[in-house]
Amino acid sequence: MTERLLEIFDLNKHFGGIVATDNVNLAVQQGTIHAIIGPNGAGKTTLIAQLSGQIGSDSGDIRFAGRSIVKDSMAYRARQGLARSFQITSVVMPMTLLENVMLAVQGNRGHSFRFWSPVSQDSAMREAAMASLAEVGLQDRAGRIAANVSHGEQRQLEVAMALAMKPRMLLLDEPMAGMGKEEGAMMVDILNRLRGEMTILLVEHDMDAVFSLADQLSVLVNGHIIATDTVENIRANDEVQEAYLGEGHA
Amino acid sequence: MNWLPASVSGRVYGLLLLVLAPAPFFFEWIGQPFCLDLLSRALIISIAAISLNLILGFGGMVSLGHAAYIGIGAYCVGIPSYYDYYDGWLHLALALSVRAGFALLTGAISLRTKGVYFIMITMAFSQMAYFTFLSLEEYGADDGLVIYSRSEFPEWLSMESSASLYYWIFAVLLLALFFTSRLVHSHFGRVIVGSRFNEQRLQALGFNTYRYRLVCYVISAMICSVAGMLLGNFTGFISPDMMGWMRSGELIFMVIIGGTATLFGPLVGTIAFVLLEEFLSAITIYWHLIFGSMLVALVLFGKGGIHGWLSLLDRKVEDHD
Repeated sequence: MTERLLEIFDLNKHFGGIVATDNVNLAVQQGTIHAIIGPNGAGKTTLIAQLSGQIGSDSGDIRFAGRSIVKDSMAYRARQGLARSFQITSVVMPMTLLENVMLAVQGNRGHSFRFWSPVSQDSAMREAAMASLAEVGLQDRAGRIAANVSHGEQRQLEVAMALAMKPRMLLLDEPMAGMGKEEGAMMVDILNRLRGEMTILLVEHDMDAVFSLADQLSVLVNGHIIATDTVENIRANDEVQEAYLGEGHA
Repeated sequence: MNWLPASVSGRVYGLLLLVLAPAPFFFEWIGQPFCLDLLSRALIISIAAISLNLILGFGGMVSLGHAAYIGIGAYCVGIPSYYDYYDGWLHLALALSVRAGFALLTGAISLRTKGVYFIMITMAFSQMAYFTFLSLEEYGADDGLVIYSRSEFPEWLSMESSASLYYWIFAVLLLALFFTSRLVHSHFGRVIVGSRFNEQRLQALGFNTYRYRLVCYVISAMICSVAGMLLGNFTGFISPDMMGWMRSGELIFMVIIGGTATLFGPLVGTIAFVLLEEFLSAITIYWHLIFGSMLVALVLFGKGGIHGWLSLLDRKVEDHD
């Protein structure tokens, strides 16, 4: 099949006596949407934080495009093309949506030790940012302050910022968290449009969304991956049903 | 964003600069040279406040060590003068380079910490500078050092008379304001302002925020050192006293009174602070009590400082929604 863009080998993370990530092994194929599901507290967000470099790992290896990145900083991994969104909306609230996305474009353009020319007159950056806003349907909201738009729009902004980094891979931490039905459907549309051109690792609670989006599905329970397979096979898997889907769908 | 000069406040600040420009002639005309001294001192300190605002206001890095950086700038005039080196360019180059070096070193260490720890560590570094100069017997220790002659510049740039020194200060002030306004709207400025609100997000976008903040810290220190160099020339006497952490605290107050993360806030804040101090101390010996209460009230109720009050007047224009 296609190339493995992200590979995780025996990854561990402990917080004191609590095991957050327990020997996780995973491979994400280039151009696919790979979803991770699991009950609350299974360690999904910890795993995303480890992959993005927000927190370190106790042992194990993460290889991105064939290179080990497990010791690199979050900023360095981002510049290598591994972009993430946050479960709890994390944008620069007092700035406009456009300014937020322009920062994301800027982060992708080498260093920003440019002290003189006003960033607002950088038309190339502005156009790139507007294109990313348009991809998530926020082009009409560009001038709004991030703190003043709806929760759903902030979630879309998260994705627009990740897209504006022109990454090779997206780590999306519950992009639909707290969204209404309509907003959620819109996000599924957005992600579906990215299928093929972008590799996505998706952590999501919304099962309908996961089942309609994911090419591959991994189930994380107590920090350990108990199964990785296609959506159909996972749904038929008894162990998974028992560990998660049964109670989750009850 | 709130640092853009909005219409009413913008006009007030423009007017302020127009009033400040002819001040030496005006004070000479009314025969009050002391007023020019007071204003000169206020403007020098406002340059330091502007530099502090760059990291405190725009960058969210609360430094309690900026007075030491003024002091080091002043000693960069005092020590060469002690050895009869009066060349102004030498003083300026020395102030800028010594400060940049010291800031790079202390910033590299202190920027690894956040919040209260950052405040404490910048204070510790400034106290180290304070006690170092306090123990330097050769340069007067706690008695201070008298500077017998001002830095020497070419004729057209001379700072010999009070009026010419005032225009030096005024020019540096305008440069500092202009430079700050360019900086905060530049690519670099966006990263600095963004990291103040959400540093983690900026890192996730690929910015090595530590490096950007360090550069901002060094720039701020260098502007501050020019204020120190001017202060040394202005007072003609320098002592470790000007480096203590209480002086740094006053600088923070000046920034807050004027309005943090605003271009003109530190300038109006400093002028208000110095004038109020002067006025109150003239009417009662218990002026500290009144002054302190006013500061407390201001911090509690006067959110946004003077700039905040001015922009209340044009809130309608500014509102994005």
